[in-house]
Amino acid sequence: MTDTGKNTLLFVGLFALIIGSGFLQGWNNALFILNMGLISAIMSLGVNLQWGFAGLFNVGVMGFVALGGLAAVLVGMPATPGAFSQGGPGVLMSLALGAATIAAAVWTYGRMAPGRMRTIVIAAILIVGFFVFRGLLDPNVARIEGVNPALTGYLGGLNPGTDATYRDNGWIMLFAWPVGGLFAAGAAWLIGKAALGLRSDYLAIATLGIAEIIISVLKNEDWLSRGVKNVIGLPRPVPYETDLQDSPAFVERAASLGLDSVEASTLWVKILYALLFASVLLIIFWMSQRALNSPWGRMLRAIRDNEVAAEAMGKDVTKRHLQVFIIGSAICGIAGAMMTTLDSQLTPGTYQPLRFTFLIWVMVIVGGSGNNLGAILGGFLIWFLWVQVEPMGLFLMDIITAGMAEDSALKAHLIESAAQMRLMTMGLIMILVLRFSPRGLIPEK
Amino acid sequence: MDFLNAIVALANYVLIPGIAYGSQLAIGALGVTLVYGILRFSNFAHGDTMAFGTMVVILITWSMQSMGLNLGPLPTALLALPFGILGCILLVLLTDRMVYKFYREQKAKPVILVIVSMGVMFVMNGVVRFIIGPDDQAFRDGERFLISARDFKAMTGLAEGLGIRTTQALTVVTAVIVVALLFWFLNKTRAGKSMRAYSDNEDLALLSGIDPERVVMITWIIVAALATIAGILYGLDKSFKPFTYFQLLLPIFASAVVGGIGNPLGAIAGGFVIAFSEVIITYAWKKVLGYLMPEGLEPSGLVQLMSTDYKFAVSFVILLIVLLFKPTGLFKGQSTT
Repeated sequence: MTDTGKNTLLFVGLFALIIGSGFLQGWNNALFILNMGLISAIMSLGVNLQWGFAGLFNVGVMGFVALGGLAAVLVGMPATPGAFSQGGPGVLMSLALGAATIAAAVWTYGRMAPGRMRTIVIAAILIVGFFVFRGLLDPNVARIEGVNPALTGYLGGLNPGTDATYRDNGWIMLFAWPVGGLFAAGAAWLIGKAALGLRSDYLAIATLGIAEIIISVLKNEDWLSRGVKNVIGLPRPVPYETDLQDSPAFVERAASLGLDSVEASTLWVKILYALLFASVLLIIFWMSQRALNSPWGRMLRAIRDNEVAAEAMGKDVTKRHLQVFIIGSAICGIAGAMMTTLDSQLTPGTYQPLRFTFLIWVMVIVGGSGNNLGAILGGFLIWFLWVQVEPMGLFLMDIITAGMAEDSALKAHLIESAAQMRLMTMGLIMILVLRFSPRGLIPEK
Repeated sequence: MDFLNAIVALANYVLIPGIAYGSQLAIGALGVTLVYGILRFSNFAHGDTMAFGTMVVILITWSMQSMGLNLGPLPTALLALPFGILGCILLVLLTDRMVYKFYREQKAKPVILVIVSMGVMFVMNGVVRFIIGPDDQAFRDGERFLISARDFKAMTGLAEGLGIRTTQALTVVTAVIVVALLFWFLNKTRAGKSMRAYSDNEDLALLSGIDPERVVMITWIIVAALATIAGILYGLDKSFKPFTYFQLLLPIFASAVVGGIGNPLGAIAGGFVIAFSEVIITYAWKKVLGYLMPEGLEPSGLVQLMSTDYKFAVSFVILLIVLLFKPTGLFKGQSTT
């Protein structure tokens, strides 16, 4: 069979699975899988760009996804009345001061001759800078967080509406997506500058750590993201279900299709999301394909396959690495903003590396690293399994334990633990694919 | 008197917790460093290996408790420890045989092994959650305090109390024994020497007739023992929860890298550097400074450099700084490519 034929078959099979779950578990569920699958596919395209094209081992995906989520809040929510005037300028100034301290330290590092003197001067700059920064930041933060802490207690975002009207400006969320990409790109630039010179294991550990730092900032800097108090009720770029149910035209159209208006509205909202997400996916896929087949993409793969030879040919390895690291991370940031839009809330406590970093890696590995179609397939397939393994595990456990006595402790334990099958299955899939089909389902050409 | 009080407060809130946590990290980091030195990859599954060993210990501790077996003032878990180590050894040898061996024979790139270890991490994490569940498990028993703050105050007449938990004392004693045994093994025994030789120069070691599979097996056995010990010391001192152990991966890696990955001595130093930085940066210094500063100059705020929630972030900032300025760590680690 030709490659195209095989790939088509794989995708057809995948969508048959999703449609099958629609028949068995309801269309709302199937559309949920589809939507999150679209977002996962975008994330795995981003990771594929870094790993598949350039061989960069980024284990900080979670951090970039979370930054995208932050962008959704900072763009989509209305400004908290009075919060900015309470402490906004102070916070901005202290952040600028913090950045200036670091810049000064870096500048001094470059200017002074190595030695004990340099160490002392740099340490002095950093320590003094830190205390001045904290001294300026803390009171301002306290004032911002003091503004109606039960409901807001943070600066809010750029949405021009007020508390009552901001939901009418749902279109603004579409702008949050590229902003999420920009946030992630900025972080990636900083990280790349610092960590890309390191060998692969160290880069992995460094990115793992940075993702953790980003999450702890989101959890603790309440003035910025409300921390673990969560931001809920983000506006959305699609209509609200209740509005649809109130619209006579919609109810009529639903009735003509033989659907109940409540169900029709939830489905319609999800379909609109799916269309939006699919168009983003298509754009990013098209761009990735263009990149893959361009001289730039060939150069990246040449660098990946033999860094020394590429360098000898005059390719600027560090610069290319930084470029692709930024672009890949930006894609993850866009996907993160989209996901927060879909959830319509930012809950920093839910970002866990197993779900937002390592699962994306399973997607890329299983789909086929180095191949954009593979990354998309992997994104959908692994997300589908992630959702379905739990009910399947429960089903399996029910069968296994069918013969046991009703009050058996083992039976209770097995059924209760079925929910934990997920991680095991994902790990097994990953190990098996790496062992028997290391190039993935759709291998690199 | 104030000066003594300051020292006691410092010992109670910074030194003792720092030493205990540092020892736990050090033993964990030793495992990571050994895998790196011999098998040449960063083992992402180490946190979950610790969780598995600890889980076996907990299960056996529970059954011992139900049989009425105990160690008096010491935690019963110590009695169950050998079984836990055994279980963990079986697990890692099985993983090595079924997963890692293939890639070793293929001479796969280290980064592939790291990704494989991510898969192993998922499986081990799943197994532990499947068997014992995702929640907190209590398994500590025995005497709670070696010296309680109240007794200490009565003994010395100081205003500030000093409490030493049994688990803290136990951690330090165990750590000293484990490290002494490990270094004796590495430096004095034939097997240990062949491990070091293999780690320093694989080709030369093969040439001199060292059996690589034997070296790998011994390494995994030691790593399993270290992981289980680190796991139960942490579990006794704080608490056991599968997710926490997965998170421990981060400070443990930081310790290994800061010390110089592949260097056992570095792992120990790194463990203490990370532990003390975490404690010092997140401790509210108000009390200690209050004793030390002259009257009227006591600090009004908490004098806390960072909120305790940033504990994990601290280890990473240190990690990054070390990576930037001394990529091979404080002690010279391995620089394989």
